[in-house]
Amino acid sequence: MASPEDRIRELKERAMRAAGKPAPYGPDIDLSQYSCTPQECAYAEELSDIRDVDPEELARSGVDITGKGRSGSFVQLDNTIVHRRALEKGVEILGTTEALRKYDWAWEYFWNVVQVDADKYTADVELNGYEGYFIRALPGSRTVYPLQACLYIRSPRLVQRVHNIIIAEENSELHIITGCASDHRVDMALHLGVSEFYVKRNAKITFTMIHNWVPGMDVRPRSGAVVEEGGVFLSNYIVMEPVRSLQLYPTARLVGEGAVARFNSVLVARPGVEMDVGSRVVLSAPRCSAEVVSRAITLGGSIVARGHLRGEAEEVKAHLECRGLILEEGGGMLAIPELEATVPNVDMSHEAAVGKIAQEEIEYLMARGLSEEEATATIVRGFLNVRIEGLPPVLEREIQRMMEISQRSAL
Amino acid sequence: MPEREEEPRDQVVLEVRDLHVEVEGREILHGVDLMIKCGETHVLFGPNGSGKTTLLMAIMGFPRYRVTRGRIIFAGEDITGLDPHLRAQRGIGIMFQRPPTIRGLALRDMVRLCAGGEIDLSAMAEEINLVDFLDRDVNYGFSGGEIKRSELLQLLAQDPRLVLLDEPESGVDMENLQLVGRAIRKLLQKDRRRTRTKCGLIITHTGYILDYVEADTGHVMCDGRIVCSGNPREQLEGIRKFGFEECARCTR
Repeated sequence: MASPEDRIRELKERAMRAAGKPAPYGPDIDLSQYSCTPQECAYAEELSDIRDVDPEELARSGVDITGKGRSGSFVQLDNTIVHRRALEKGVEILGTTEALRKYDWAWEYFWNVVQVDADKYTADVELNGYEGYFIRALPGSRTVYPLQACLYIRSPRLVQRVHNIIIAEENSELHIITGCASDHRVDMALHLGVSEFYVKRNAKITFTMIHNWVPGMDVRPRSGAVVEEGGVFLSNYIVMEPVRSLQLYPTARLVGEGAVARFNSVLVARPGVEMDVGSRVVLSAPRCSAEVVSRAITLGGSIVARGHLRGEAEEVKAHLECRGLILEEGGGMLAIPELEATVPNVDMSHEAAVGKIAQEEIEYLMARGLSEEEATATIVRGFLNVRIEGLPPVLEREIQRMMEISQRSAL
Repeated sequence: MPEREEEPRDQVVLEVRDLHVEVEGREILHGVDLMIKCGETHVLFGPNGSGKTTLLMAIMGFPRYRVTRGRIIFAGEDITGLDPHLRAQRGIGIMFQRPPTIRGLALRDMVRLCAGGEIDLSAMAEEINLVDFLDRDVNYGFSGGEIKRSELLQLLAQDPRLVLLDEPESGVDMENLQLVGRAIRKLLQKDRRRTRTKCGLIITHTGYILDYVEADTGHVMCDGRIVCSGNPREQLEGIRKFGFEECARCTR
């Protein structure tokens, strides 16, 4: 194995070569138009002592400022960590650069699941320095409450570069809620977020990300997961607030027998919003299973909903579901489900549907006493209500609550 | 609608006068007259395409069923131009024969919407054997019998003054038929006599439902008209023996 120094040199070189490489999807962004030097923010020992951002703004991004019902918290403003603390045994929260200093093995977890030269955005994160969280569940640990993380942008014209590492050691269970948000005064900024998930043998990660951006934001998350034997990776992604452009296509690689991945995405695009969101699962070990579900609503914005399943091993089972509702004209919806298999004995399927709300569903509810508006809202709520299997009840209720808040403001 | 014990038994709850209804530009009902009094249950017989479902849909007020002439009066109010939800709020309820699935809406929540207030949901679901279905999406993957029971659970929660039932026995096996019959009896207060206020209008092809639910009057529909009104059991017997052709002929 290469030494850390060789590895770092190699990464830098690859990043430099990819610095001008556009992403295959989504509008290309000129990185030179961002010029902000982020302001320094003060570190706070307590969540309630965070000074440089309005507590209500933190709450809007899903952070419970009391820290109640959480096993730990992480808050990053612009590119500075202002708070991080684990409240339960068995789980560790560090900043990524801190983790690299603290553990001499930490570097092995960087740029493995996401490639540094994937595109100019991953390259930019490597070349221009990053922060982010390093969360690790120790072997056998099971936290009851979710960890919360907040990535917040307060400076206009900023590039927020985030690199997160999430590790669930063998037989551990980890639940994370991440809220990403930006100040309303930010007319333009770019969020680059690399997240690498490692789900080891018989471990489980549930990851819920809620985005509350503003109309001038461009957002390029770059996530990947590797799931070992018997491991489970559940990812929920919710974006209902406006953003200028958003493009992501996370990949989960199931490398151990019986590993499971499930991606749920809930997307709402208002006028002017351009979203290109997909999820990909590569099933490379026998008896793995995967499910990709997306629910997209356009209120005049444009949405591309992608999904790609690749079966490379015997007896894998996978399903892909893209459903879109067009409530307003002006944007549009493109659903692109892809199935791919390299061995014969696989069970893979997909369904895709795009359309408007069925009149008969509205009339059904009207016959029960709901007005047309109430009926429509009820159907839309149901459409977005992707039930997520396998979440602890605490987390399920919390996600439900956050979904309702987002829906109220978005629809 | 609050129940009033002193309500006169001969009060007219539903009156349909000379109703003409068009569906997609084609007239289906050519002048239907019908009167249901307080506490009465009526059944509708008739061959396929005779307009039975259209009549129910028009009474509920679905926009696809356009009233071109005539009036529908419910509890003394002309409701001909009202939207379905306002009719539901005034006390009309309908059982759908093939209701749509609503994804993401649990039956539990649907029933609560129907009730619009406090109900003892678990007791109601228990009674109709749907406890295990409360957390499933409304009608998603339900069998024929389950759909009927889910519809009846919703109606029991809504507790309408006038219940419109479109072939409640179709696709229901014997075991479920018992449950369905019991629920309809409850909806229509069949265990009461003098104080009964609920009314029913039931479409039945087979007449099996009459073994569970007593009806006061029967109507035979042919070609968009009511051609015969009378004792439902006698009508059913006649239809079983001679078919609908005979019914149609007898009016000529």
